[in-house]
Amino acid sequence: MSIRRDHETTNRPAQPIYLDYQATTPTDPRVVDAMTPWFFERFGNPHSAEHKYGWDAAEAVDQARDAVAAEIGGKGRDILFTSGATESNNLAIKGAGRRRREAEGRDKIVTVASEHACVLESAARLEREGFEVVRLPIGRDGLVDLDAVEEALDERTALISVMAVNNEIGVIQPLGEIGKRARAAGAWFHTDAAQGFGKIPLDVDEMAIDLMSVSGHKIYGPKGVGALYMRRKKPKVQVEALMDGGGQEKGVRSGTLPTPLVVGLGAAARIAGREREREAERLKGLRDRLLERLEAEIDGLFLNGSREARIAGNLNVTIPGLEGQELMAALDGIAVSSGSACSSGAPGASHVLQALGLEAGKVAASIRLGLGRFTTQEEVETASDRLIETVGRLRSRRGAA
Amino acid sequence: MSAPVYLDYNATAPCRPCAAAAAARALESGGNPSSVHSAGRGARATLESARRAVAALAGAAPEAVLFTAGATEADNLALRAVDAERVLVSAVEHDAVLAARADREIAPVDGQGRLDLAALERALSSGAGDTLVSVMAVNNETGVVQPIEDVAALVRAAGARLHVDAAQAAGRMELAPVWSAADYLSLSAHKMGGPPGVGALLIRAGAPFQPESLGGGQERRRRAGTENLPGIAGFGAAAQELAEGWRAEAARVEALRDRLEAGVRASAPQVVIAGADAPRVGNTSCIALRGLPAEKQVMALDLDGVAVSAGSACSSGKVTKSHVLSAMGWPDDLAGAAIRVSLGWATRDDDVDRFLAAYEKLAAKAKAA
Repeated sequence: MSIRRDHETTNRPAQPIYLDYQATTPTDPRVVDAMTPWFFERFGNPHSAEHKYGWDAAEAVDQARDAVAAEIGGKGRDILFTSGATESNNLAIKGAGRRRREAEGRDKIVTVASEHACVLESAARLEREGFEVVRLPIGRDGLVDLDAVEEALDERTALISVMAVNNEIGVIQPLGEIGKRARAAGAWFHTDAAQGFGKIPLDVDEMAIDLMSVSGHKIYGPKGVGALYMRRKKPKVQVEALMDGGGQEKGVRSGTLPTPLVVGLGAAARIAGREREREAERLKGLRDRLLERLEAEIDGLFLNGSREARIAGNLNVTIPGLEGQELMAALDGIAVSSGSACSSGAPGASHVLQALGLEAGKVAASIRLGLGRFTTQEEVETASDRLIETVGRLRSRRGAA
Repeated sequence: MSAPVYLDYNATAPCRPCAAAAAARALESGGNPSSVHSAGRGARATLESARRAVAALAGAAPEAVLFTAGATEADNLALRAVDAERVLVSAVEHDAVLAARADREIAPVDGQGRLDLAALERALSSGAGDTLVSVMAVNNETGVVQPIEDVAALVRAAGARLHVDAAQAAGRMELAPVWSAADYLSLSAHKMGGPPGVGALLIRAGAPFQPESLGGGQERRRRAGTENLPGIAGFGAAAQELAEGWRAEAARVEALRDRLEAGVRASAPQVVIAGADAPRVGNTSCIALRGLPAEKQVMALDLDGVAVSAGSACSSGKVTKSHVLSAMGWPDDLAGAAIRVSLGWATRDDDVDRFLAAYEKLAAKAKAA
């Protein structure tokens, strides 16, 4: 049987209007096409060194390494594949932290209050193991203060972990400036680039990045695969493995590599690299239009995080006078989120918005609007209409009560 | 030239059409299972239906199933995240089990590769405290089936816990009795014709467990990270197909394997087949032909269009001698001359014919050498 796809179709989500591209992205049909043969006739185990099936798969994996590396100015041999950005972040932070403490006695981790939960929890695990963990605050713009970074870094610092782009508020951290300071202090610099890779220009050398986490499904690639960039020279970064076994990925990450997923990540990286600039321009136009309408027609609405240092596909806005749950329940026909997807199943105030200084007690609804590759002008207009209309309806109901 | 005959199913199996179709559907429908909107809810439904299918294959409750990136992760989670003071593993375990805890103790096997139960009993009686025993259901190199129910009786009597790596067992033998005997069970999707990049650890209710990957709260807070939904959907479809049809498939494959072994013995009566006198699953044959190094055999077969392996795929990049055959007491010259032939769901009669034709040439070469 065949699952070959009709090239006319796309994976564009139709209904409801999907504005949650920071939670996950639909897999690009071109990525699906690139993956398909690796399930079937080219299904070999890339670690089988004794026959053509294995060699074929191993070569495809190496091409995917090159594709991921090319997007960040790295080398293919510096890329290892994981099951996703969560694993990459766990491996980078716990792996590098433990390794450096063992080898050099460095036992301090610096990170930021608005990081993804998997970064904060990995740091907390190290804290329980006796590390000192510094969690830097963010300003009203969502950005970390560079003087505070410099002050926190010292000769005991094993690693500083700062995300490239925040998953909730879309702000872009000043990676180059942080990298410069980390390098001066001899701390390794890790960045969780799950939301930044393929969306903003990244260069591991210019930004002095030593470790970078990448996610497949945030860049129109498949779920279940991610990558970790690991600098091999100046400095030579080494991490303690979280999993042992067959010794794949140079012993750092055992387990059979899923060739179709890895190929999918490579294809997604290649497409993102080719289309990044043009796509960012297009999305910025749509996003600005969306914000312009919301600001003009919803009283008191404000944007969370920096207006300038922000990726093109994200808005996070707060609407005073409404409950978040109330707004989410009433919004029909638009898929948006009130926080990050991982935690959106469970209610609770966003740690990112709290770190921004939003008051927890105040009645206000905050929503994240994520735009992406398949978002159209028409969808933006319809979504604006719906949102404006829903807020108006809820507010008049509150006013009447 | 036609595609090479693939007889390396224990390294990885081609994806079953049902599994690939399910993975493709999930790829196209998208959604993050943790999102509360309808795209997310659809993804959640796919995830939970796959969980039920995988659970059903092992006769387990769906809540027992924790999806992972594969059996290596599942093995590591079981051995490391279970905070046992002492870990006892069989000498023929996969590297994922052997390497997971540096302080593990090794329980020996007999010449057929079966766990030495008396030795295990002694080891269990000597040490006090909280012990985890890890024994694979089916060996990846020889296909030998371990006496899991007997192992479980000893483990239970000692108040210890049992982990079973069943990566090579799923779809090749009945899993429910294995799961009934175990506290933890590892599964791999791609070994049973599901997609690569996904596996599961089954955890018995009440058994201790410490998560390794943190942040996000997925999988009931036991494993963070957005779920590999297409992989999981494919895994579920493969599990469902096998739950219904594994007996017929295993019987068909076993008949092919038996014909293959009979043919091999006919062209080279001197061959030694590992674990031939022990219970084995029907798809695996580990064949030693003295006098011709395994790498040479594999290369010659490859030139003749037949893909087999000289050991497990993970270690096959580096040619080292098999720890499994050594543990069975095989001398180096015999262990170094063993190839692994493994069959599966898509293997056909003519694949066996082509293998046997190539093997006959190989046997003639060995005679000349």
